[in-house]
Amino acid sequence: MFGTSQKLHNLLAKFLFFSIVLLAFSACRQKQENTEGKAALAVSPDNEGIKVPDGFGVIKVADSLGAPRHITVNSNGAIYLKLRKPIDGEGILYLEDQDGDGIADTKKGFGDYGGTGIYIDESYLYASSDEEIFRYKLDANGEVTESSNPDTLVTNLVSYRTHATKSFTLDGDGNIYVNIGAYSNACQEEDRTLGSPGVMPCAILDSAGGIWQFRADKFKQSYAEGKRYATGLRNVVGLDWNFQLNKLVVTQHGRDQLNTLYPDLFDQKTSANLPAETMYIINEGDDAGWPYIYYDHYQNKKILSPEYGGDGTKTAGENAIDPVVTFPAHIAPNALLFYTGEMFPEEYRNGAFIAFHGSWNRAPEKQEGYLVAFVPFKDGKPSGDWQVFADGFAGVEKVSSPSEAKHRPTGLAQGPDGSLYVSDDSGGTLFRIVYTKE
Amino acid sequence: MVINRLLKDTIPGFLFVLAAIVLFYSCNSSDKKKEASAKTEIPNVSKTTPKAKPPPYIAEGKKVYRQVCLTCHQANGGGVPGLNPPLIKTDYVLGDKSNLLEIIIMGSEAELARDKSEYANVMQGYGMLGDEEIANVASYIRNSFGNKADPITPREVAAYRSATKK
Repeated sequence: MFGTSQKLHNLLAKFLFFSIVLLAFSACRQKQENTEGKAALAVSPDNEGIKVPDGFGVIKVADSLGAPRHITVNSNGAIYLKLRKPIDGEGILYLEDQDGDGIADTKKGFGDYGGTGIYIDESYLYASSDEEIFRYKLDANGEVTESSNPDTLVTNLVSYRTHATKSFTLDGDGNIYVNIGAYSNACQEEDRTLGSPGVMPCAILDSAGGIWQFRADKFKQSYAEGKRYATGLRNVVGLDWNFQLNKLVVTQHGRDQLNTLYPDLFDQKTSANLPAETMYIINEGDDAGWPYIYYDHYQNKKILSPEYGGDGTKTAGENAIDPVVTFPAHIAPNALLFYTGEMFPEEYRNGAFIAFHGSWNRAPEKQEGYLVAFVPFKDGKPSGDWQVFADGFAGVEKVSSPSEAKHRPTGLAQGPDGSLYVSDDSGGTLFRIVYTKE
Repeated sequence: MVINRLLKDTIPGFLFVLAAIVLFYSCNSSDKKKEASAKTEIPNVSKTTPKAKPPPYIAEGKKVYRQVCLTCHQANGGGVPGLNPPLIKTDYVLGDKSNLLEIIIMGSEAELARDKSEYANVMQGYGMLGDEEIANVASYIRNSFGNKADPITPREVAAYRSATKK
């Protein structure tokens, strides 16, 4: 008796649910189809709470994606996302928008490993775990068809607890540049430990704390087959090749905890505001100075790290390169993208977008930087101050702890129409920013 | 070693009784809240009840927390996703006292912290703090950020240290 009525109830509920879905679906289609029979872009009326400059709009492409890190878009506008951790054995997601409203309609997955890096060119999709880089052949539609047997290009990169993610980019000339983050804050004998001195010379730099170059067409390469292309970089998550300059450009996460490790030298406020997050234009063989120095953007100087005898004023690193742009401390640049699209106004062309993950190491001061920034470039050089491009990802006015932030920008990609995609590894959302003014 | 086992053996039972008491009181108080909210329509009823004075380990523990824990574990105890573990409603804070003491004294070298490999940052050990400071900060953590658990006494810290040589 009870069983039958329960079944009836379930059936009725299912029927009702599907009727509502069908109704909603047909209503949406009617509303969105324009005269050409193609759906208009479903720009969010409130831009999903994201503040963008006048004339721009935000589309929520998809949500509930887990923790998407870097992202890339193929020539048909389909999106690949690398997940920090696989979900149901799938660490790469493939999203397609069938009807052209900007909202993903279908989702597929493959690649049973977590990671951060992903990149696409005409022939291959490249993706990284925390130790390896793989490539997958693309078909004529830019789709991975053989997803279970990728080529292993790079293997056995060091990966410990700290700064394990392997971001990478390509130069269009058959080379891969991969960040191997330093597994340390400041190369102390005991990491993040009060009173522990800096190791001299810092042994970590032999296998990490820099950018390594590998070939994009050779298999199973490791340190012996690669080349240390640049050193003295603590952890680079955002990097991109600048085709105007034909050079690698990277953004570094600056060191943490000046106050907790050296309370006599740095008060909490100073520690919240130092050191700068930095952008470097890299030439082969460059040294950015970590761990021996950090960059103080108030004094505009390379300052000797306290682990190596510094006191906040002594300068050092005469042979280390200078940053080309500095940003506020601790806001964590997680993606860099040089914009080459036609959709955005002229001033954005060839400039740099940077996705900032937002800070944690400013506590007890309030946290900052859950945003996408823009730096104008002319002839491959920064041509003005950095500016906030998209803000409000945190969803709250004041973030006192990162766990309160609704979204945290992590990855950037440019669509074939010039849209800018932003992934969020905290709320699991994918945004698409479009220019809507005629 | 004996004291460690003693701690381990007696604490679960003690915790169970404590949990039961806490549960009983919290159920009671939530009932009271319901009653109070039902009464809110009636004017001139005072809704404030005098609060009990917090035990001294709250203020003393907070001092230590602000000095050595807050940067990483944050003012709300929420930690930092992927980097520093949260301290809110977790077994390593609220469970067996020896777990929390091991983490405070050994940092991420503690067995339990080594297992929590999803958090990337290293934590140093704070064994250089005195028994009283460790007891205060441990008790503060166990009774802040929505946590509720019985405090840890300096004597228990000393017993843990001499039993484990940590």
